[in-house]
Amino acid sequence: MLDVRKLSKAFAGFVAVDAVSLAVETRQTTAVIGPNGAGKSTFFNLITGHLRPDSGQVLLDGRDITGTPPHRICRLGIGRSFQRTNIFTRLSVLENVQAALLAHRGRGHDFWSRSERFYRDEAEELLGSIGLAHQADSTAGTLAYGNQKQLELGIALASDPQVLLLDEPTAGMSATETREAMKLLERIAGERGLTLIFTEHDMEVVFSIAEKIAVLHQGRVLAKGTPAEVRADAEVRRVYLGERP
Amino acid sequence: MNRVALGRSIPWTLVVFLIAVWVPALGSRYDTFLGTQIAIDALFVVSLNLLLGTTGLVSFGHAAYFGIGAYACGILMKTYGVPFVIAFPAAALIAAFFALIFGFFCVRLSALYFAMLTLAFAQIVWAICFKWNAVTGGDEGLPNIPYPKLDWISSLPGLGDLSIADEFYLLTILMVALSFAILRQVIRSPFGRMLTTIRDNPERAAFIGLNVRAYELAAFVVAGGFAGLAGALYGIFNRGAFADYVFWSKSAEVLIMTILGGINYFWGPPVGAFALVWLNQEITSYTQYWPFVLGVVLLVLLFGFPGGIVGGLVAGYERLRRMLRPRHA
Repeated sequence: MLDVRKLSKAFAGFVAVDAVSLAVETRQTTAVIGPNGAGKSTFFNLITGHLRPDSGQVLLDGRDITGTPPHRICRLGIGRSFQRTNIFTRLSVLENVQAALLAHRGRGHDFWSRSERFYRDEAEELLGSIGLAHQADSTAGTLAYGNQKQLELGIALASDPQVLLLDEPTAGMSATETREAMKLLERIAGERGLTLIFTEHDMEVVFSIAEKIAVLHQGRVLAKGTPAEVRADAEVRRVYLGERP
Repeated sequence: MNRVALGRSIPWTLVVFLIAVWVPALGSRYDTFLGTQIAIDALFVVSLNLLLGTTGLVSFGHAAYFGIGAYACGILMKTYGVPFVIAFPAAALIAAFFALIFGFFCVRLSALYFAMLTLAFAQIVWAICFKWNAVTGGDEGLPNIPYPKLDWISSLPGLGDLSIADEFYLLTILMVALSFAILRQVIRSPFGRMLTTIRDNPERAAFIGLNVRAYELAAFVVAGGFAGLAGALYGIFNRGAFADYVFWSKSAEVLIMTILGGINYFWGPPVGAFALVWLNQEITSYTQYWPFVLGVVLLVLLFGFPGGIVGGLVAGYERLRRMLRPRHA
C-alpha cells in the first residue's frame, strides 16, 4: 500500500530523518514510536508533502508521490491528523465536515450555490459514526479537547482516505479518553478498511493495537517488526524502553 | 453553545436599499452627497473584508485596485468617450487583472510579508499614477470625468425631476446593492466556505485537498475587482481620479473602517464606513482635531468591543436575550 524507501531529510546539517524505509500493507495498523526528537513528525511531514525529502521515495500503490504538495497527497487518498489539533475553530462542527466533503469532491470552485445545502446527510452520518452528532451545531473551537480530536478524525475521514496518518492521536488525553479514542479508531479503521499509521507515546496503546511497530531513534530505524519482536529487541530495550542490561 | 442566528433570514441588502432610495426625496442635497460617499465606501470595505474577514488575509494595499478602477473608468469615459455601461464593468475587469498579477506574488508570502507586499505594489501603482503624465495626468490627476447619461432615471415613473447628483446617488446605491448581493452569495457558496477554512486553519485546509494559494489568489482577484467598481464610482462622484486614491493612507482608512465596523459580519464593514464618514463630517464641524477624536474612538472600540461596532451590538443582544430567558422559562 504505502512503501517508503530510504527517506532522508536534514535541517541545516542536522539529519532529522536518515534513510528511513517502511513498507505498510493494506489494512495493517503500524505504530511509529521513538523518543522526542527521533524524527517521527518529520517522517510524517515527508510522506504528506509538507516537507520535501533530500533523498528517497514515497510510493503509494506503486506510484511515486515523492515531493507532491499536501493538497494533492490528500486527494490521492492519504488522510492525516496533526499533533496540534487542527480543526476549523470558527465553523460549526457540521460545517467542518461539510467543508472537507466539499473540498474532496471538487466542489470548491462553485460560486453560485449555497454551501450549507451540500452533503448534509452525509456529514451528519459521519458525525454520528465518530460520536459527535449531538454537537453538530456547536462552534468547533468551543468543544472539549477530546471532542476536537474526534472532529479532526472526522475531517480526515471526509476525504475518504485509504491510508490514515495520525500524529499522536491521544496526546494530552486522560487515560479514559485515550482508551475511548483508540477504541473509536479501531472500529472506524475496521469499518472502512483503513491502513493506519500512527505515532504514540503511550506504550500500552501501541502494544495493544499495532500489528507492526517501527522504532525511530535519532532519525534512524532502530528496529521494526511485530510487537513481540520489537519488545524482544535488545537494542530497543536498551535505548528506548529504558531497561538496563 | 449555539451559534448566533440573529437576523439571518432578513434580506438586509434589500432592506437597506429600500430605505436608502428615499434619501434624495426626504433629505438635503448634503445628505445625498454623504449618502453617495458612504455607499461607495461601503462597497470598498466589503470587498476588503472578503480578504480580511472571510479569507484571513490582511491587505495593506487595497487602495491600489480602488484607484486603478477610478483611473480605468475615468480614462475610458473621458479620453475615449466610452459609455458608462461599458467603462464601469471594464474598470472592474482591469482592477481584477492587476489583482491577479500582484496577487500572484503576494499569496506566495505569509501573513506580515503578504501585507507588506500588498503595500509595496500599491505604492508602485501610486508612483506610476503620480508620474505618468500622458495617461494619468500625473500630480494634477484626471479631472472632469463626465457623468454618465442618467436622464432615464428621472423619466422612471414616480421619480420626477431629479438633480444629476440625485440620479448618480440612485445609480450608485443600485450598483452597490447588486455588488453586495453577488458578494454575499460568493461568501455563502462552497467557494466562500473554502475561504473560511483557509482563514481558520490554512494547514488543515491544504489537507482537505485545497490548493490554498490558488484560493487565496481567487479571493484577491474578486476583492480587487469589486474595489475597482467602488473606485470607478468614486472617480465619477469626485469628478476626477487622483493619485491619492492609491496612496497608502487610503488603504489604511479602508482598513480602519472595516475593523471599526467588525470583520466577522458581512454588514460590519459598511456600518464602519457609515460611522467613520458620518463622524468625520460631524466632528470636523466642531473641532479641527478630527484625527485625535478618531484615535480615541478607535482606542475605546478596540478595547471595549474587539468585534467592532456590529460585533459589540450582537454581543449585547445575546447578553440581553440570556438575561431575559430565565423569566420565560
